[in-house]
Amino acid sequence: MSETRYTDQHEWIRLDGEEATVGITKFAAESLGDVVFVELPASGKAVTAGGEAAVVESVKAASDIYAPAGGTVTGANSALEKEPSKVNEDPEGQGWFFKMKISDKAEFDKLMDATAYGKFVESL
Amino acid sequence: MTIASDILRRTPLHALHLELGGKMVAFAGYEMPVQYPAGILKEHLHTREKAGLFDVSHMGQAFLSGDTAALERVTPADVAGLKEGMQRYGLLLTPAGTIKDDFMFSRLVGEADLYLVVNAGTKEGDFDYMAEKLQGAAVVMPRFDRALLALQGPLAEQVLERHSPGISRLTFMQVVRTVVAGAPAIVGRTGYTGEDGFEISLEGSDAERVARTLLGEGEVLPIGLGARDSLRLEAGLCLYGHDIDETRTPAEANLLWSIGKRRKETQDFPGAAVTLGGAPAIKRVGIRPEGRAPAREGADIADKTGRVIGKVTSGGFGPSLNAPVAMGYVESGFAGDGTPVDLMVRGQALPAAIAPMPFVPNTYRRARK
Repeated sequence: MSETRYTDQHEWIRLDGEEATVGITKFAAESLGDVVFVELPASGKAVTAGGEAAVVESVKAASDIYAPAGGTVTGANSALEKEPSKVNEDPEGQGWFFKMKISDKAEFDKLMDATAYGKFVESL
Repeated sequence: MTIASDILRRTPLHALHLELGGKMVAFAGYEMPVQYPAGILKEHLHTREKAGLFDVSHMGQAFLSGDTAALERVTPADVAGLKEGMQRYGLLLTPAGTIKDDFMFSRLVGEADLYLVVNAGTKEGDFDYMAEKLQGAAVVMPRFDRALLALQGPLAEQVLERHSPGISRLTFMQVVRTVVAGAPAIVGRTGYTGEDGFEISLEGSDAERVARTLLGEGEVLPIGLGARDSLRLEAGLCLYGHDIDETRTPAEANLLWSIGKRRKETQDFPGAAVTLGGAPAIKRVGIRPEGRAPAREGADIADKTGRVIGKVTSGGFGPSLNAPVAMGYVESGFAGDGTPVDLMVRGQALPAAIAPMPFVPNTYRRARK
């Protein structure tokens, strides 16, 4: 069974066995507006919790996407290169950014669950 | 510290923007909609396909009365030669001849005063500067109480004709005092999108009703500042404070066309010797990145050996081109169309080429000659 956690930078991370999938939340996608370009990390790239992992560009501006936990990138959603609009259409599904292997599960466990993230967004 | 500087001003359409779901941001001291629920991409494309309504009431409107030709002390444009019923683009120059602002000026039929529109962020400073340089020969009367709407796009003409019969007879850069939806208005066939369209100056108290009337037409969507920026960039038009400012001369900015023929001969404007004295060392150019990654304002432009030869001053994604576009300054030797360059984005060199502007052909309704 998969578990999903959220960061205060509006990334989500879904852990499914050994592999985790990372994307941005619906709230983030709506705040960014129309996404026109996504720069994805290469497989094998080492990432740290809160470190830059990808870039998303809307018509207006570029924003960094941070890795929710440390580990190694194992794959990226190459469909976004041709269709970056998937990030707006289905941010928490087909609009995922990359997959990774987490080195320390404690970093994942520390993140907000859906309820906590929902409250966090309401507080903004 | 002044308290006033912390308070954002509102245009007469503020309540309407909120009602339409506009996402409000601070811009040039005003609270303005950056986009509506449709989003920047749809708003941009809609303007190019149908018609978009923009609130540009934050721009600085004024009338200039007295010896209006005295304005030539601060602009290289031909003011004295502007015919009745016509509008023109001009640069406001510093005493050194660099660009203090860009503006539009109109001579309305049968009126002695000139009607001016300057940029929002510079309006107080511009009008103070004009007053100082005109020394009473002509007097600037700011009209910050007035509203300004822009109706832009291929269907703008048919929409406005319904509410201002006869307006379709205007051609590009003509201007007229008329009535729009029952309200007295100054209408110019101009804009900032590269499309055919109109700018409509109204009494503040009439603005909301006229805007609602135009938005009630099926062809028209409200358009925010986000799409205004992507539309003007595709059209190759400068944004003051970014593509032109007090560090640039008209020659560097590639805006010598805005200098009147007579003024080029008389050379009686600030910095004329420098501006007309030969090819500038740097030049404003259009740039097309090869991939899909946009290069933003501030990105270095390098030649193919990696030497920095300039900087991007506006950059983003062009929705009509479905590709990134940029504008910037490069050393003149690299300003030729097709010259290959690299744009430095996040430490990577993105291949790009110097390209002619406008990026999207303009569709102005020019008068037949």
